[in-house]
Amino acid sequence: MLTNEIIQQKLTDKFGDSLTDWQVPFGMLTFTAPKEINLKVLQFLFDEPELKFNFLTDLQAVHYPNNKGAELAVVYHLHNWVDNIRIRFKVFTDINQPDVYSATALYQSANFMERETYDFYGVNFVGHPNLIRILNVDEMDYFPMRKEFPLEDQTRIDKDDDMFGR
Amino acid sequence: MSEHILLPEGSIEKQTTTLNLGPTHPATHGVFQNILELDGERIMKATSTVGYIHRAFEKIAERRALYQITPLTDRLNYCSSPINNMGWHLTCEKLLQVETPKRVDYLRIIIMELARISDHLICNSIVGVDSGAYSGFLYVMQFRELIYEIYEEVCGSRLTTNIGRIGGFERNFTNTAFEKLEKFLDEKTGYPAQLREFENLFNRNRIFMERTIGCGAITGERAMNYGFTGPNLRAAGVDYDVRVHSPYSSYQDFDFTVPIGTTGDCYDRFLVRNQEMWQSLSIIKQAYQKVQEFKGAEAEIFHADVPAYYLPEKKDVYTKMEALIYHFKIIMGETEMPVGEVYNSVEGANGELGYYLISDGGRTPYRLHFRRPCFIYYQAYPELTQGGMLSDAVITMSSLNLIAGELDA
Repeated sequence: MLTNEIIQQKLTDKFGDSLTDWQVPFGMLTFTAPKEINLKVLQFLFDEPELKFNFLTDLQAVHYPNNKGAELAVVYHLHNWVDNIRIRFKVFTDINQPDVYSATALYQSANFMERETYDFYGVNFVGHPNLIRILNVDEMDYFPMRKEFPLEDQTRIDKDDDMFGR
Repeated sequence: MSEHILLPEGSIEKQTTTLNLGPTHPATHGVFQNILELDGERIMKATSTVGYIHRAFEKIAERRALYQITPLTDRLNYCSSPINNMGWHLTCEKLLQVETPKRVDYLRIIIMELARISDHLICNSIVGVDSGAYSGFLYVMQFRELIYEIYEEVCGSRLTTNIGRIGGFERNFTNTAFEKLEKFLDEKTGYPAQLREFENLFNRNRIFMERTIGCGAITGERAMNYGFTGPNLRAAGVDYDVRVHSPYSSYQDFDFTVPIGTTGDCYDRFLVRNQEMWQSLSIIKQAYQKVQEFKGAEAEIFHADVPAYYLPEKKDVYTKMEALIYHFKIIMGETEMPVGEVYNSVEGANGELGYYLISDGGRTPYRLHFRRPCFIYYQAYPELTQGGMLSDAVITMSSLNLIAGELDA
């Protein structure tokens, strides 16, 4: 029976101290990898006969503007269907040079998901076959999900609208 | 021996035709554009463009209190919005660590399985329409109406339901709701009889079989690599179902089988969806039986006892001080969430519908991501259609059950 401890042990044996920030929020093993080895980690999790993480459930980014030098996090959710166990791992990247290796060679499903992540956060997936905007218009010249584009403050009072009374 | 006529290099007859299928083509049932390179009627290359109805739900959700995000989830897969709503409530409950009573779980399962049936019946009857058989569609639509009447009785709306609350339902199911459910489940006059007739019309229909067998096929391995989930994956022979793998809302109490196909073509997808409807009917019957077993005060439970998160009933708001306070706190979005990140998924009608919610302890999500199954498996569409005929591409699209709302978020 594969458990979080075994997965952590196997990953530590392989990659040593480069994997950090081990946590288990709500039962899902979570860790952080340096962005240079994200593909190596994915490949190891895919190939290792005991781990068998061969389904990429989800891939997206998160923006932490206060985390200087590592503002953008790319989050991978992987699922092992044989032992039915999920893990999540993150790679952090500098927002001024957001280059992360693309997982499209390993997972076809990463194609659209990486395009979506690029579209909203501007993560530059190196090696992606067709890294263009997907949901937003092609002419857009910014990355709308970043935190520097806040939505309107719902409590603002400088707006006087007779029709809707705010 | 007839001699082949060789056309000169670069002559117009040798070139392929470029055809825009969409963005608003009646056969695509939604706003998708596919630029097809055609050699005669055969597709050589397909390029998909999506995003025509993107509505920035993930961005909007970063400024919304939890209960205000439920209407956003309605508009993902609008053919089965109750599943999306329940998935969102379950995600919030996981983060807020709310335990729901068994009766709530069973009522939720009834609603979710009804939603699955309404989604599958639309998908399958549209496959029929696209292959030239319109009558099946008209017959089953009557029964979608019955399902919508049940939703209406429970939550007041039909398509974009906004059904349920964090912790349970907004009100208890009325007797009328159960009567309508019984009418729907009736063996002779209800949906089972109709589904049987629908299967008689299609399952061994020579024309339909010729049209769909071998069309848009994918192997299980490719399907996994493309991130397929749900009926489309199971049609390719991989028995992954979130309801079985990670049971939520007490699915472990129910007895059902996961139908799988072998070839992953349109015909198998059709059969898998039909079988799933039978399984859903059986689950609804079991759940209804379990709900009826609750007696006395237990039969009145329709939400968990979590006043801080569950929006109180209006009659309590008008008469009880505490309910009034919580009502204002929740409506004004002043409920603070615990810090944490949670991924929760439910088996949507199209596959694994996931919610990745990061909370920084504020009143709104720091980040919310919807894993939309449609969006992920749509990237296989060029591969599924390449080398096939143009009319097969249309059937493949409808049998994948692409919902533009879910695709574009």
